[in-house]
Amino acid sequence: MNYNFNFDAVWRNFDLLMSGLGLGLALALVSIAIGCVLGLLVAFGMISKNRFLRVISGIYISWIRNTPILVLILFVYFALPQTGFMLGKIESFIFTLSIYSGAYLAEVFRSGLVSLSPGIRESGLAIGLTEFKIKRYLIIPIMFRNVLPSLSNNFISLFKDTSLAAAIAVPELTFYARKINVETFRVIETWLVASAIYIVACYAIAALLRSFERKLAIPGRGHK
Amino acid sequence: MDIKYFLSEAWIARSALFEGMLSTLEISLIAILVGSLLGVFVGLLLTYGNIYLRFLIRIYTDFLRGTPVFVLILACFYILSIIGIQLNAFQAGVFALTLFCSSHVGEIFRGALLAIPVGQTEASKSIGLTFRQTFFSVLLPQALRQILPTWVNTATEIVKASTLLSIIGVAELLLSAQQIISRNFLSLEFYFFVGFLYFLINYSIEKLGRYFERKVAIPS
Repeated sequence: MNYNFNFDAVWRNFDLLMSGLGLGLALALVSIAIGCVLGLLVAFGMISKNRFLRVISGIYISWIRNTPILVLILFVYFALPQTGFMLGKIESFIFTLSIYSGAYLAEVFRSGLVSLSPGIRESGLAIGLTEFKIKRYLIIPIMFRNVLPSLSNNFISLFKDTSLAAAIAVPELTFYARKINVETFRVIETWLVASAIYIVACYAIAALLRSFERKLAIPGRGHK
Repeated sequence: MDIKYFLSEAWIARSALFEGMLSTLEISLIAILVGSLLGVFVGLLLTYGNIYLRFLIRIYTDFLRGTPVFVLILACFYILSIIGIQLNAFQAGVFALTLFCSSHVGEIFRGALLAIPVGQTEASKSIGLTFRQTFFSVLLPQALRQILPTWVNTATEIVKASTLLSIIGVAELLLSAQQIISRNFLSLEFYFFVGFLYFLINYSIEKLGRYFERKVAIPS
């Protein structure tokens, strides 16, 4: 094998890759924020006493989790406009990723909610809080702290899913990597650098979330 | 939305859809089976390998897990031909998915091995089992039982990731549907239908997994 590595073409376009990374991170951030709200609502739906809510939330979770995200992206971007629901590329991707992350995060939140001891709610009732206040001040903060590790995993994999925005030509990292690949034919270099950027970004997110975990941990409660 | 028109179009396209479905199943099956076998090795080396081996394998898994699977597929598709390995799109895609699967299963398997109490290994040693015997008759059965739920999740992830092969031109279910859509413009109906087919595949995998979980559960 006599392949001469030449990273020049990639370094020349490095700012493109970086702007792609920035867009990817922004897409992930917005979608995850919306997805968290959605996931929380659905998680409460899953454990509610209302049978109808439970069924609806269950269908949403199992439907979205079992459908490939690429099919969802293409559906929202190419098929939904037929019904008059028209979104731009970026908005449409954010819409899809929010719905998608909502289903995954709902599962995480649900498992966090069912593992809370009923004593928390009872103690809230005992000091005269309303149901809403119990959720707002007791249940959600405690549950959030408990599920943070699995939440981080989901955040990272959702960030990696932003690479699929390239399929509808949203100019993020993978999109530019393909562009550089096709324009310069520095195939190995391009993909090495692109995946290295992804890996570094994933590590950075993981480190950030872990420091967040440590910040939020209750001293003496075994959270490292 | 004209249901009759859609049904007649779907009927006309039935063989394309069926072949796409077969192709998706084939891709997923190869990737899951080969990837899981590889993954068991990866997990084994991650847990019991010497320090150099562990370091190498750690780089391998972290690299594969940190890269989006879409990037992995594109990289395999473009890079392999450059370095003189002639694979067509199908093979390159399956290769990428297999690597992806192996890293995930490796990580899961490592976790399961670590979760087995040390007492088990010590007990095996004390009755004179070799490492191979310990692994196959003591550790592996327990680890497999433990990884089953997560492994089923990984399997459905692979089925979902197989859609990405449509972008490098493998005529699996999604690309077949896109070809049909480009002929009759029934994008709403066909994307929905394909989504439903994927749902069916994954839902059956999940149910099958549950069934096996109950089957192998230790009665308590």
